[in-house]
Amino acid sequence: MASVALTHLDPASRAAARGWSDLTIRNLFIIPTLVFLIVFNIFPLIYSLGYSFTNFAANRSEPWQFVGLQNYRELLSDDHIWSNFVITAKYVIVSVAGQMIVGFGLALLLNRSFPMKGLITTLLLLPMMMSAAVVGLFWQLLYSPSWGPINYVFGLGDFAWLSNPDSALYAVAITDIWMWSPFVMLLSLAGLSAVPQHLYEAAAIDRASWWYTFTRITLPLVSPILLIALIFRTMEAFKTFDIAYTMTTQPTAELIAIRLYKQAFQQWDTGKSCALAYIVLIMVLAITNLYVKYLNKVKER
Amino acid sequence: MAHIELKNITKKFGSHTALTGLNLEIADGEFFVLLGETGAGKTTTLRLIAGLEKPTEGQVFIDGVDVAAWGAAERDVALVLQQYSLYPRYTVRENLEFPLKPKIRRLPDAEIKDRVARAARTLRIEHLLDRKTDRLSGGEMQRVSIGRAIVRKPRVFLMDEPLSALDAKLREALRTELKNLQMQLGATFLFVTHDQIEAMSMGDKVGVLNHGRIVQTGTPQEIYNNPRDTYVASFVGSPPMNLIDGKLVDDRAVMAPMSFELPVTGGARTGSATDGRPLVFGIRPEDVYLEGGAPVEAQVHDVENHGVEKIVTLRVGDTMLRATVPARTAVEIEQPVRFAWNPDKVVMFDKGSGVSLRHAG
Repeated sequence: MASVALTHLDPASRAAARGWSDLTIRNLFIIPTLVFLIVFNIFPLIYSLGYSFTNFAANRSEPWQFVGLQNYRELLSDDHIWSNFVITAKYVIVSVAGQMIVGFGLALLLNRSFPMKGLITTLLLLPMMMSAAVVGLFWQLLYSPSWGPINYVFGLGDFAWLSNPDSALYAVAITDIWMWSPFVMLLSLAGLSAVPQHLYEAAAIDRASWWYTFTRITLPLVSPILLIALIFRTMEAFKTFDIAYTMTTQPTAELIAIRLYKQAFQQWDTGKSCALAYIVLIMVLAITNLYVKYLNKVKER
Repeated sequence: MAHIELKNITKKFGSHTALTGLNLEIADGEFFVLLGETGAGKTTTLRLIAGLEKPTEGQVFIDGVDVAAWGAAERDVALVLQQYSLYPRYTVRENLEFPLKPKIRRLPDAEIKDRVARAARTLRIEHLLDRKTDRLSGGEMQRVSIGRAIVRKPRVFLMDEPLSALDAKLREALRTELKNLQMQLGATFLFVTHDQIEAMSMGDKVGVLNHGRIVQTGTPQEIYNNPRDTYVASFVGSPPMNLIDGKLVDDRAVMAPMSFELPVTGGARTGSATDGRPLVFGIRPEDVYLEGGAPVEAQVHDVENHGVEKIVTLRVGDTMLRATVPARTAVEIEQPVRFAWNPDKVVMFDKGSGVSLRHAG
């Protein structure tokens, strides 16, 4: 029914009166998006692939040369880059795991009726809607060693979260967890409310314990949507730049995106940074692909 | 197996009252059918016994013990729902094992296997055991859901319209199967339905529920032959009992002006007090006869052919009544016929309260 409504223009509509056809209207909506995508996404994507095989530098006017795979070879044998990748991996694991646990936990708590549920849910969603730079600055204040509320509450004295090389990365991860758990919560909540109530009742009648019901009914039914949350958050966490960049300058918290930024806009090594961007892209694609394969398997079951 | 008693149960959902002062007693090993229209409170009654709802007032007793404080798990009841409630993503076998597997009361593996096999054999779903539940037909799903109830050997089986989503043939087959199963297990069954045929054919006892109140409890025969009021009379039986307004004059039913009159036996028993009082006369369609020399003339208004019999709607003045006649009786619409009724089978109801005079006494 819906497709019928989409493909046939109501002859009484204003658009029809102006002599527009279905096709005109379709193009009117699609073409601007397509143009935008091509100009700002696809074209730079292909262009940068070309640059990644050159020694081009955007701030110099001297002619550039084609250097083949040299950029890639240098990058992949660079220990610094590898340590950036290791840092990123740690960050992704800690922050995504944290978000999944906190987000799903909150969803479980919210998945019942209680007074002011709507208000509380909305308030919990707020962090996700803030700008990352604002969140970064805000948490910098919270972490402040001398008068930050976090040290005060936990009685940590003047522990310098963000300038301590051992804790900087995790401090950033905690901020990311705070910011993005609501996203996981929102998706989980959608998944949980789709589990039919009568299944829980049947399980209660079958004398299943809370844990047994949770592992046998709730988890299998929400796992596809949890996996989708996991895919989104992994991709995003892999690309994290803003929060980490605003919060700390510790080399132990230098994520691959920050490394890329420095290479491209501080060292103006454009060709090489294009190559690095492609390496990151391929890695994200590979990880996402693994997840999607697994997701399809979960859905089939 | 257990005896169940509901005492003076009232259940309110917000401002809506689902059940009012409900009293119900189900004997050990009885097949009790709760019959009522949609919204009469049947499902609420089941859920109260199962422990999924708490009564606003009143008590639930299982084997004489007040179970108010018990959750669904402790009550040890099995509930079969209309929407099957099979656990998705699991095979039939896993579904049947589910109630036996929780850690706290986990049975030995051999015992689980044995019980699942026995339930599958009883319900004839052995060939489906390794199939995923979403690949089953409606009837198969319902069998699995009944199977999940019987593996547990619960004290009571509660069934909430388990057959209403099935097609007619399957419903008939499962009806017989369920009844056999209940006799074989000797279990207490509380079966909820809006289908009076199910109630009549399966129940040892039937309770008719109307607007949250039990109107009448009795064997199917009692309910059918001796309905307590006009609601039960019109709800039970297909086609329903004919209900005609009239008066009793000298053991004869005199219907409203210019209609007809027919003899009634047993009118004398109620004494002359009923003479001239407005009454409703109830007569089952099968107790109305078409005969050449019968006392009342009527027009055939409509004929429904049901194969073994015909249901003929007769028109006398502006009164309609239905008669069940053998299929070979030749009748045509608008044809004049003569009819009589079996005077022994007439039930008289008070016009005002709708209550049968036999019950009012």
